[in-house]
Amino acid sequence: MQQPFEQFVRALRAADVPVSVAEVIDATEVIAAVGYEDRQLLKDALALTVAKSEDEKDRFEIAFELFYARTEFRDEFEAWDDPTQDQTQKDADSDCEPDGGDGGDADGSGDGDGSAQGSQGGEGSVPGMQSDLADMILAGDGEALASALEAAAVEVGAANIKVFTQRGYLARQMLDQMGMRDLERMIAALERESGEEPEEGSKLDALSRGRMQLFNEARDYMERQFELYARAAGQQFREEFLETTSMANIPPRDFDIMSRIVRRMAKKLASKYMRRHRRAKRGHLDVRRTLRRNMAHDGVPFETVWKFQEISKPSVVAICDVSGSVAASSRFLLMFLYSLNEVIARLQSFAFSSHMVEISDDLEDHAIEEAIPAILQKIGFRSTDYGQMLRDFRDEHLDSIDRRTTVIVLGDGRTNDADPEAQIMKQIYERSRRVIWLNPEPETFWGTGDSEMPRYRPYCHVAKTCNTVKQLERIIDDLLRSSVRA
Amino acid sequence: MSNSSKEIHLASVDKIIEGLGSASYVASRQIATAILIAQNLDKPILVEGSAGVGKTELALSTAALLGLPLIRMQCYEGLDESKALYEWKYGKQLLYTQVLKDKIGDVLQGAVGLRDSMTQLHQFSDVFFSEDFLEPRPLLKALQHDDGVVLLIDEIDKSDEEFEAFLLEILSAFQVTIPEIGTIKAKTPPIVFLTSNATRDLGDALKRRCLHLFIPLPDAKLEEQIIAARVPEIEARLRRKLVSFVQQLRDLDLKKLPSISETIDWARVLVLLHAEDLTPEMVRETLNVLLKFEEDIQGAHNKIPEMLRQAEKVAEHGIHAATI
Repeated sequence: MQQPFEQFVRALRAADVPVSVAEVIDATEVIAAVGYEDRQLLKDALALTVAKSEDEKDRFEIAFELFYARTEFRDEFEAWDDPTQDQTQKDADSDCEPDGGDGGDADGSGDGDGSAQGSQGGEGSVPGMQSDLADMILAGDGEALASALEAAAVEVGAANIKVFTQRGYLARQMLDQMGMRDLERMIAALERESGEEPEEGSKLDALSRGRMQLFNEARDYMERQFELYARAAGQQFREEFLETTSMANIPPRDFDIMSRIVRRMAKKLASKYMRRHRRAKRGHLDVRRTLRRNMAHDGVPFETVWKFQEISKPSVVAICDVSGSVAASSRFLLMFLYSLNEVIARLQSFAFSSHMVEISDDLEDHAIEEAIPAILQKIGFRSTDYGQMLRDFRDEHLDSIDRRTTVIVLGDGRTNDADPEAQIMKQIYERSRRVIWLNPEPETFWGTGDSEMPRYRPYCHVAKTCNTVKQLERIIDDLLRSSVRA
Repeated sequence: MSNSSKEIHLASVDKIIEGLGSASYVASRQIATAILIAQNLDKPILVEGSAGVGKTELALSTAALLGLPLIRMQCYEGLDESKALYEWKYGKQLLYTQVLKDKIGDVLQGAVGLRDSMTQLHQFSDVFFSEDFLEPRPLLKALQHDDGVVLLIDEIDKSDEEFEAFLLEILSAFQVTIPEIGTIKAKTPPIVFLTSNATRDLGDALKRRCLHLFIPLPDAKLEEQIIAARVPEIEARLRRKLVSFVQQLRDLDLKKLPSISETIDWARVLVLLHAEDLTPEMVRETLNVLLKFEEDIQGAHNKIPEMLRQAEKVAEHGIHAATI
């Protein structure tokens, strides 16, 4: 049973349930302890050992059901009641299980044993022709057929399936491996012999029904293999692609995947920076607290207390351009920031195209996925006026910036030839801790046409091209790290 | 004694469910399987789930079932090994040095010269850092027990990352290393439960060493059993209605979903108020037992009559909300 379990581990890994080698060892011990008899027990026990979060448990459940689904079809094959054979003979037949355990034997090379020969000696025998597969079908030995199928699957590398279209080809290969060609030749010979429609209950009928069933089984098997090993991999591939695609070019149908990606990234960053909010200043003794703590020991400093450094959470003001091409990037930036609420102390967000509005409340009260399109509807997709935006900001919100605030501006800096009001940018720069300007355009475009980036740039601590979610992640990582050093 | 009782009570999943049931803890199959496996593999169980689904209660009930003492350690930020594992008894050590000063003359009797005194001194064992001066904290206590204990490390996610790393030795080998003394190994491996509310992701190293049990919010059937076990005074029909109501409440868009402990509290409140039926007024007045946010209470307010009608139907026909 070792081999199937290894396959199962592969399937789990493909389904994004990371299983370490040590966990595989644990799982093997678990299997030894609970056995294979009680399916539910086995499933629960394995879930405890290899799936280590709520999401992973769900994915484990799916993978388990798919993987162990194959055991169910073993009963579906019915034995063929040979009318010419007496009962005792038939019993002897089904007692002898053809060995389908290793695929090499299944190619019908013709070492059929005595009793298998016996069953062929009956009505409609085909001289000089034999097939293990036919024997198994006639004997109704679903168990043997199932294991032959599995052995053949290993032989043709069914688990290596990558794309959906491969499954027909691989299913056929599996059947060939099992000795389908011999079976087909035998069926053809029987057809020649009887020359017409097969009679109900005849050997030919049993064989051709068996063949149909095998075809279906093999195809189902391959479909399950695809679900198990390839679907998740395909999704991973898609996600990787989306991570590095320009945010403006992501089609709306992928927004679901995107929001999952963004959430995952945000979660990773959150857990990275949530952990330590205190850091020991090495070598700085806190004399006052040391003395106090050691009063019980007569002032003899048994216990020393060291000074700590409090690590503050950053407070962020995000100003997002929601006009045309920049809107997509804004969407993901906001989604990202709002998924980080655990590690950001205060987050205020503003959106503008010509005038600026505060959108913090909209985003806090509604799910981001709904709130953002509503905001875009309301004020988005108009021509931008950065000067107006900055004037609005100065008049109403400049107070909210203090020396702990990081200001993130997301926009292309294209002012449509209006006054850029760079001096307000300077004010913001002077008041805040950091100003980060994210521009979806590549740096070579900055300053061309109506882009006022060169005039804003001196007042930014960081000005970067931010076009893909991957870049966004890096920048936010940077933001969180720099606030740790405060 | 405990070894044999362990074997009896933890022999199979059904035995465990039955045993925990007698300690009035209604366990699902998953929970029972976790305990069975933990026992077989000597592994700690990491229990996750939202607040109030009975994570801590599971440890308490297991201890009660096996008749083992429970040692509980509550985690918090800043918890360190001097509070979790051991500390030196500084006062006693100070006293010891005083005694030593007085007795040093006797010890060094007949010694001539510094070298001679030192050799004499070396003949005495170094008691200053010995187990006599060791103040055991929860973790060490758990290892020192002869018959084994149930060790509950509560809300591990609240502790620092360093502390998590420090736990690894205990969790994988049931031993601790104290630099001055050496390694102390558990006489009987304790049954360890760690609980987490998932306020932060735990490290992979920790997760790897544990069995991971996730306790979801219960379905109607299980919840009814739990209420029956915990609040036996409540009448069956009311119980069914109440459970159905809570189940429906969980389908609403709430900030904090009511969990089992809230349902139990509510059932107790209803018993105290001698309620015979759930009326909209009664529910409105007691809703703050179930819902802990003002917005949630407001949000649920006008849906109460509708949900009660549904609950009435369920109580009438004995079908669970999940199957409707």
